[in-house]
Amino acid sequence: MGNKASAIDMPDVVLEPRTLVEGPSGPKPKKRLSRRNIMIYGTLIVICLYYLLPLYVMVVTSLKGMPEIRLGNIFAPPVEITFEPWVKAWAQACTGLNCEGLSRGFWNSVRITIPSVLASIVIASVNGYALANWRFKGADLFFTILIFGAFIPYQVMLYPIVILLREIGLYGTLWGLVIVHTIFGMPILTLLFRNYFTSLPEELFKAARVDGARFWGIYFRIMVPMSLPIFVVAMILQVTGIWNDFLFGVVYTKPEFYPMTVQLNNIVNSVQGVKEYNVNMAATLLTGLVPLIIYFVSGKLFVRGIAAGAVKG
Amino acid sequence: MEPSISIRDLVLRFGAITVLNGLNLDVKQGEFVVLLGSSGCGKSTLLNCIAGLLDVSEGQIFINGRNVTWEEPSDRGIGMVFQSYALYPQMTVEGNLSFGLKNARVPKAEVQERVARAAKTLQIEPLLKRKPAALSGGQRQRVAIGRALVRDVDVFLFDEPLSNLDAKLRADLRVEIKQLHQRLRNTMIYVTHDQIEAMTLADRIAIMKGGEVLQFDTPNEIYNRPASRYVAEFIGSPTMNFLEGTVDLSEAPRFAGSQATFDLDGYSFADRPAGGPAAFGIRPEHIVTGPEAAAKPIRFDTRVDLVEPLGSDTLAWVHAGDQSFWVRMDGQSAVRSGDSLPIGFDPQRANIFDMQTEARL
Amino acid sequence: MATDRPLSLFRNMAAKIAAIPMILTAMVVFVGGTFWTITYSFTNSKLLPRANFVGFDQYERLWNSSRWLVSIENLMIYGICSLILSFVIGFLLAALLDQKIRYEDAFRTILLYPFALSFIVTGLVWQWILNPDFGIQFIVRSMGWESFAFDPLYNPKIVIFGVLIAGLWQGTGLIMVLMLAGLRGIDQEIWKASRVDGIPAWKTYVFIVIPMMRPVFITTLVIVASGIVRLYDLIVAQTGGGPGLASEVPAKYVYDYMFQGQNLGQGFAASTMMLLAVAVVIIPWAMLEFGGKKRG
Repeated sequence: MGNKASAIDMPDVVLEPRTLVEGPSGPKPKKRLSRRNIMIYGTLIVICLYYLLPLYVMVVTSLKGMPEIRLGNIFAPPVEITFEPWVKAWAQACTGLNCEGLSRGFWNSVRITIPSVLASIVIASVNGYALANWRFKGADLFFTILIFGAFIPYQVMLYPIVILLREIGLYGTLWGLVIVHTIFGMPILTLLFRNYFTSLPEELFKAARVDGARFWGIYFRIMVPMSLPIFVVAMILQVTGIWNDFLFGVVYTKPEFYPMTVQLNNIVNSVQGVKEYNVNMAATLLTGLVPLIIYFVSGKLFVRGIAAGAVKG
Repeated sequence: MEPSISIRDLVLRFGAITVLNGLNLDVKQGEFVVLLGSSGCGKSTLLNCIAGLLDVSEGQIFINGRNVTWEEPSDRGIGMVFQSYALYPQMTVEGNLSFGLKNARVPKAEVQERVARAAKTLQIEPLLKRKPAALSGGQRQRVAIGRALVRDVDVFLFDEPLSNLDAKLRADLRVEIKQLHQRLRNTMIYVTHDQIEAMTLADRIAIMKGGEVLQFDTPNEIYNRPASRYVAEFIGSPTMNFLEGTVDLSEAPRFAGSQATFDLDGYSFADRPAGGPAAFGIRPEHIVTGPEAAAKPIRFDTRVDLVEPLGSDTLAWVHAGDQSFWVRMDGQSAVRSGDSLPIGFDPQRANIFDMQTEARL
Repeated sequence: MATDRPLSLFRNMAAKIAAIPMILTAMVVFVGGTFWTITYSFTNSKLLPRANFVGFDQYERLWNSSRWLVSIENLMIYGICSLILSFVIGFLLAALLDQKIRYEDAFRTILLYPFALSFIVTGLVWQWILNPDFGIQFIVRSMGWESFAFDPLYNPKIVIFGVLIAGLWQGTGLIMVLMLAGLRGIDQEIWKASRVDGIPAWKTYVFIVIPMMRPVFITTLVIVASGIVRLYDLIVAQTGGGPGLASEVPAKYVYDYMFQGQNLGQGFAASTMMLLAVAVVIIPWAMLEFGGKKRG
């Protein structure tokens, strides 16, 4: 009812840039090939080339042999294409004494990402639902603290969490890292779900209560089936966020469980041996591939997700 | 007979705001009661309290003699129809109708039978396999009514069920709801801000303002003898005309206004009225014009400022000195703005309200 | 029969149970953890946290440490440049994309893709492109300009700008999206009205549209600012804090003292300073944003 207003209302424009879909609003262009249009498209194309440059450099470098790299410039396309660096990056690249390549980091990241994404989404969606529809005393206070928590630098909480994980015997394990990701994903995801559930018609919730559904019945039978898009947005947000994490991976796991980003950094910035730039770029590209694929496949949902996740910084 | 719904000293507060203020209401078995008021008067809030969708701050609610103040909505023996229909979008019509029964673990055969019966009553059988998105507004509202119907309950609650429909459909469904009530004869509480819905549907109307019931009476009584100036102004369109002045009860009752002074012969006063500053109210449809006006005890010579022809009748905004009136005339009236128009009316048809307390004298 | 008001503790029980993870996270990790760190920043904890309080010793050491001062200086330079440039670039890109152009989706997709990449990947790519022996400097020189020098990652004086280039490449797409959403949120009628009044487009932007986008700017500012304070991964990947200590930042200082330097107290003190810096940004914003809304 009237007291739905809550302590925290992030500006809608950030959370739901649905307006992006509605088309441009700027001043109207005149002719097709006016000087103005040439300038606009020209500028945009040049800027886009700049943004694409690093991706291009990664690709071409990763397809060259080392002798060619030493001779040529990094922008030149490969004279002789070789997939050797990719194979090496995946299976043989060394971090210190360990020479298993990135593959172990990849599988670690998979094993970290899947449970973390599931756990954080399940917990945050139930939380968001409880906050949106079953407002209980103190809920607003805890929620406000949670949102402010999103702005606390991670460094402040790093060590207390080490102690907590050590106490429950999960420090240095994959599951410890899963808990950490669930905790730090909670503010933004809870906000996302709460705002979404609040935007659903309240009368549906009331109708379900009159129909005798209780807390979990309404959640599973009414809310979840109506909210699939927001679950997808949350999933995209979490998969990319957790896959790209470096700090938590390095703090809370042992080398054998290092996620892909940590291993990538260790491979590329390893001081031992000769620098193999082609292998490094292949490894970098491999690590970036998962979020890139998600990005290009999910399009507008991704935009919604990152706009929401932006608050996380 | 025991009242169907009985509300005792109900108070509801949201923080510092009091939405319902010690409200009492008794609804008889099988009665159609309309809660009427402008937005923010607490009518929807009251309905939500009866349904159990809001926790009350103080007071009690009885349904069929049972204290249900703290019971779950589904245990109160009510069915509810919402303004936005509130159909579950992912379920078919059949799923929508049977959801409540399944939650109550009603046996399958009975669920089917009850759904079929409700669908037949509302003539939505061909729609059973469709999703709500594939239905028109009127069909959706029928399904929403059906969802209350299958519950086989004594009390139906309607929360502005027709507000989202266009005018034509609204009139049709209004008739259907009335027929449904005549057939089922169960208690219905109906919230609306539309006075036409209230007048046509209700056995009794509760006019609400500021979390209190101002008057709870039959439509006729509310129209003819409004308990207060607010009620008088709320019911009727265009609104009641008022002449401000003083009522003198020392001898034969007289009213003295700025433009005229006249006797109040035949006016039926409330018990123990008090004289003093008062507003004399007369509805536009109780004013006669032209030659007939000469026969009335109270007369004014007015000039027409504005004419609104509506087809069925014609409304005219007229003035005599600084006193203005809305007058309802025959639809084919040839009056034009600028014309002079004699008007007249009977004190029997009037309602007089105290200027201070706003109560009817 | 439920005649009496039930105990308020048991009302909505399922919702309360469902909220336990949130309550634990908020109270134990966020509030508890923060206060724990602040408390232990006043101890001389080394390898393990010990409650041996030494007052402001750690803070004194912190502010006397040249590495910390470099870190702060770098963060300030990076922060101010990054704020200004990402706002300017982000807004200009958004305004460009808002000119009813064709292929808007394609342009946006290209400008935003770096944001999908991690800071580690970003840092490593730009480390490679800025490599003086193979990258931009080498190419310009090989085109004939022999004295051309552009080696930010090897030059302590400008190394932070090398990081800035990478950071902007990664983050401006997001700012553009936020700004574009802000532009699209502005009433279409504004543009019609300004056309009817014959106001030039640039004037409409400067005097009407930008002032109307204030809420978007503030939110963006908070997002960018809280991201800047966390700057860590990018430094680790791109420069490792080098050359020497030239590109150190506070977040890295904290990590190194906590997990490598075995000087927890120093790490706690440094992280408390970071918290303070964020609070300076967040609290006024929160008061502005939510203080007025409470009544609603």
